[in-house]
Parts: sequence; C-alpha cells; structure tokens
Amino acid sequence: MTSQRLSGWGRTAWTVADLIHTTDTDVIRSTIQSAGERGVISRGLGRSYGAAAQNAGGTVLELTAENDPMGIDADFDPLTGLLTVASSVSIDAILRMCVPQGWFIPVTPGTRFVTVGGAIASDVHGKNHHVDGSFGQHVRSITLMLSSGEIIELSCELNPAWFWATVGGMGLTGVILRATVAMLKIESSKVEVETMRLENFDAVCQAMSSEGTDDDYRYSVCWVDLLATGSSMGRGVLTRGNHASAKSVESKDSLAYDPRLNVSAPAWVPNGLLNKWSIKAFNEAWYRKAPAKNHVGLESIPAFFHPLDGVNRWNRLYGKQGFIQYQFIVPLDRTDVLRRVIEKFSAAGVASFLAVLKRMGPQNDAPMSFPTEGWTLTLDMAAGIPGLAELLAEVDSLVLDAGGRHYLAKDSHVSSNAVRRGYPRLEEWMAVQEQMDPLGVWRSDLSRRLNLIDHRRLI
Amino acid sequence: MKNGVGVAQNVVLFGGTSEIGQAIIHKIVKPGVSHVVLVSRNIDAAVNQVSDIADKFPDLDIHHVRFDADDAASMVHVVAEVVEEIGDVDVAIIAHGLLQEGVDYYANPAALLPVSDVNFTGTMVLMYAVAARMKTQGYGKMVLLSSVAGERVRKGNPVYGATKAGIDGFALALDHELVGSGVSILVVRPGFVTTKMTHGMDKAPFSTDAESVAAAVSQALSSSRSILWVPGILQYMFFVLKNLPLAIWRKLPL
Repeated sequence: MTSQRLSGWGRTAWTVADLIHTTDTDVIRSTIQSAGERGVISRGLGRSYGAAAQNAGGTVLELTAENDPMGIDADFDPLTGLLTVASSVSIDAILRMCVPQGWFIPVTPGTRFVTVGGAIASDVHGKNHHVDGSFGQHVRSITLMLSSGEIIELSCELNPAWFWATVGGMGLTGVILRATVAMLKIESSKVEVETMRLENFDAVCQAMSSEGTDDDYRYSVCWVDLLATGSSMGRGVLTRGNHASAKSVESKDSLAYDPRLNVSAPAWVPNGLLNKWSIKAFNEAWYRKAPAKNHVGLESIPAFFHPLDGVNRWNRLYGKQGFIQYQFIVPLDRTDVLRRVIEKFSAAGVASFLAVLKRMGPQNDAPMSFPTEGWTLTLDMAAGIPGLAELLAEVDSLVLDAGGRHYLAKDSHVSSNAVRRGYPRLEEWMAVQEQMDPLGVWRSDLSRRLNLIDHRRLI
Repeated sequence: MKNGVGVAQNVVLFGGTSEIGQAIIHKIVKPGVSHVVLVSRNIDAAVNQVSDIADKFPDLDIHHVRFDADDAASMVHVVAEVVEEIGDVDVAIIAHGLLQEGVDYYANPAALLPVSDVNFTGTMVLMYAVAARMKTQGYGKMVLLSSVAGERVRKGNPVYGATKAGIDGFALALDHELVGSGVSILVVRPGFVTTKMTHGMDKAPFSTDAESVAAAVSQALSSSRSILWVPGILQYMFFVLKNLPLAIWRKLPL
C-alpha cells in the first residue's frame, strides 16, 4: 500500500489516497474490511476524465492486468462468442485475443485502454449506440464483491435491480471481479467507412437524423468544427461504417489485427500549446483532409475506433493545468440547444480540440446510465481558461432546462443539484445502492462532490 | 476538494470580517462552491459582508462559527466545530491578525501578549488542527496571510513584525512537512495594504489593496506555488533589503 496522488485522465483535481494494486480476491476482501472511514473505490486504467476513480484520504483498489505474465484471465468460447473475463482486463487485451478469432467487442469507447470493470461501471457507449445500445446491454453476468466481502452473481434475469444499479453505478455498488460479455461476430478486422464533409450544422444534424440513412450504419459519429463561424458554423466530417465482409478485404488474413502505438506525447508540454489558433489551424486541415465528395474506404479497427490511442498519453498535450471534457445529451428535438451551446463556447473563445456529435438510441434499464435517445456533444478544453466555471454553469443550465444531462465518466465540475435534475432515477438508484452497501464503504471524490451517497448514513 | 475547473467546494475563512479575507472569498466563490464558513468574533458583521454572495448563489450554504482569535487553545475546538458543520475543509483562508499601533510596550510589556496569541501562537495551533483534518481528507489548501513586515523585522513595531516572521517561517516549514499528503500551504506576503487595519497610517511604497491581493491569491490557488508576494516586485525589493548589511539597513528611513 502506498500513498499516491491520483487524478483522472483530465489531470485536474489531484488528491491523495492509499493505492493498492491487486487482482487477488483475498487482498481485495481484506482491503475492504480494513478500510477507514474515507472508504474504498475501484480504479481501472484511469481513463475516466474526472474524479470517478479517486478517493481523497481513502483507499483506491487498482484493478488492472496490463502486462500480466500469466496472460489474459479470460475464458472465451469462439462458438458462442461468450467471453468471461476478469474485470481488470482491458478492451485492448480482449481485441488482441478475439479479433483474430473473428469476434469484436460489442461496444468500445474512443479508447481501448479501459478495463471491463470500468466499462461496466461507466456503462460506456461507442459509435454504435444508435443501433446496439451501451456496454451494459451486452453484459450477461457480473461477479461482484459486496462491501460485506460476500461474492455474488448478478444478471438482468436473476436480480435486475442490483445488476442495473451496478451498470453505470460508477463503482459504488461493489468491486466488479468478473463479467461475461456477448461478443460480436465479424468477418474481417476492417471497417468499411463512408466519409462525408458537411458544410454547416444543419447539414450535420440532417445527415445524422433517424429519418436519413444513419440506421443503415452500425457506427456513426461526426467531428464538428466549433471554431468555424458564419455560414459554416458547426461544419463537420461525418464518418459512418460497418464491419467489412471477408470478401471485401483483399488480403490473405482478413482478421489480422496489429494495434501498435505510434508516438508518445512528451512528458512536459507548456500550458496553452492547444489554444484557439493552433486548434483553428488543425480544424481547417482536418476539414480539408476529408474528401469533398463522399468517399468509401476500408479502415483498420485502431484507425476507425481508437485514433487517439495512436498517441500514447495524449492527455499531456494540455500541459500541467490539465483539461476537462464536457459531454452532455439533449433530446432529439433540441438541436437548438446544441446550437446555443456551440455559440456560447465560440463567443467565449473556448477552443475544443475534439468536438464530436452523435445521435444516441434508446436508454437501457440502468438508472444511472448516461445515454438516452438524443444528441450527445462532447468537447474538451483547457482547464485553466479564465471564467470557465461561470461559463460551464451557464451551459449546464441550458442543458438541464432542455431535459438533458451530463456523462459522469467525463464529468469533473457539475453540481450535486445538476445530477439530481439530469438523472431523475437517482433516488431509486440510491435506495438500491444502500441495500447493496449498508455499511457505506464505497466512496469516491465524484460521489462526495455529487452527494451520490447519502452522507447522513456514513459511519 | 477542487473540481476540474479549480473551484473548491468547501471554503473556510478564519477572520470572517478581515477585508483581505472577504475580498478573497468574493473572488473565489464561483459556481461549484457548496459551503462557505465564516469564522469570526463578530458574526453579524461577517454575514453582512457576504450578503451579495448569498443573493448571487442561492444554492450556496453560508455558515458561521464564533471564535476568539486571542484564545489560542480554543482553536482546536473551533476547527472541530467547522468540520462538524461542513465535513471536508477544502480551502482554509487564515486572515485574522492583530496590529497594535502606538502602544508603549516599555510601559506595558504584557500588552503584546494578544498580538502574539492572535498572529502567532493561536495561528500555529489553528494551522496544525486544520492540517490534521486535511491530511485525513487527502486534499486541502491553506492560505496564510503573512506580511512583508516579517521579512526583515524593523523598529517601530517589532512585535507585529516578529509575529509575522514567526508564523511565516512556521507555515513554510509546515508546508514542507506536508509534501506528499495532498495538503499544501500558500504563504501570502502582501506589502502595505490599504484597509481599515492600516487606516490613518502612512502608506509605504508599492502599497496595494485588498482586491489586488485577492486576485493574486485566486490565481495562485490554481498553481503549486508556496509563496506569493503582492505586488510581485516586493520579492526583489525585499531580497535586497534582507541582505543589506545591518549598518546600512539601520540607516534606511524605513
């Protein structure tokens, strides 16, 4: 056990906790049982942007299995596609194992460096949400250690309330030890991608709407240029795709998979390297790089799903001050809010290196799962921008007034009141959480800021 | 703790009516702050000074805890009371101080005791009590209002200067002890600040005001610095003054 400074992927709001790196069930149990009053939270690869996997003054269980000499702790049946895997295993490791056998992870976020435990706790979504839903919908069972030390099996048939409270439960219902995931059959490791340049925000929304052809593509996401003004405000590049068939891939080994990391971000980057001007230049180049006419081509899995993973530790590019990622969702008929949010950021001169828009499909049964039918916009920005707290508070109100909400795996600033407005089933989740953790052991910096646990019942 | 945009949720001001302390509160209370605790002798006066904040942030809870700054031993209980009110103390601003002018300490040496109790002894007790709490939280920031008067203690008011020198040195050493705990201390060394405490006194060169100090503190809170001079030029001025040979120092018209 070591005292360790921790932050999320955004590298803001560092706090100190006792960090225990283990995948041993007995060590996990004894850690939980000897926890002090600041409680315990699990942490995977630390890809949530804010304070979800840190616990100031408490204990953090780091459950990761990178470079495990014993190999991947998983049972995979290539006939049924059912994968039973330790929560500490990353999607990266799963893809290396399963893609060559013709199976793909059913849902992947923008990075493959997330653990299965983290993917369930955040109920992550990907470019296929409008077709396939989020990660939790593909989980057949979860093995969970409760704060009592007892190990239980959860599934949506056996004990739906506890299962769905754990999906999207931000690690606050127990330690996820293992899970069984239904994998997706693929014929090749390539994605047939259509790239489309869209000249303004109306064109973007129209192209992605459910009345269009969006549902014909399993994967769909649009990069949006937030710095473009006037008639090209909100212009974007839409990429949509499906897994390519074996015969469309002209290669002996259609399932070859080689996700190499290209470069690393330098260890030190000055604050402000990513600024309005550098991002504007990048945006222009990115927009022009997309072919003016619709283009169809084959892309590899890493290039299509995980482009940022090509730059190891890209989060350092924002410098020491760190950055925040702002992701919210509004109902389908509220594109006016998206527009107003973009205008607000643009007027304040806030540059976003990455702004992506996606139309999401229906919500699942998890009370704290983020995706719901609507538009989700994701932007990142330097944390040190003057006046950012006030600006975000205004944007938060726009989102919440429209019946929208914020993604907790990304969040690093919203108020306890905002989560209550955005997640109407929070109280219901809190009641289940209390049944599952009567001792009140699970705590994180996120749960403290958002009052996700009723503090009156704390030890 | 702080959120991702650097806003601390729970802020405590010791010396709730201090002008500099109040200016800092007005500067750092932003959307995202949940609790502000004003610790002062005169609760009504402290509350009146934040009525505008209460109007602007309806979700913000403002609390009051009474203390006697010269009762050094009571500081332990004061901190316990603050924790009872709000739980975690994310930022503690230690702004209370006592400046006696024109007291004849030769005639009444014991009159200096309150100055020492408020500025030095009590503040040390307070800072240890706050540090102990912050260590268990794994996060915390203390802001100590020191003074350039402690940088090289001079004649005229050696008592005030000596207490500031003492607490300044103490705070820096405590900050050093806390490395790795998530807790840190910002020692603020303002020059002559035009406030009610210094009303009627002759202004020193490079004088500043409470708003400027607050703006500098607010900025420094998002960095990892331990010492803040306001205005910044005083750092260089005092580097020279501090290293002057005694014979020259004593001839200066300070």
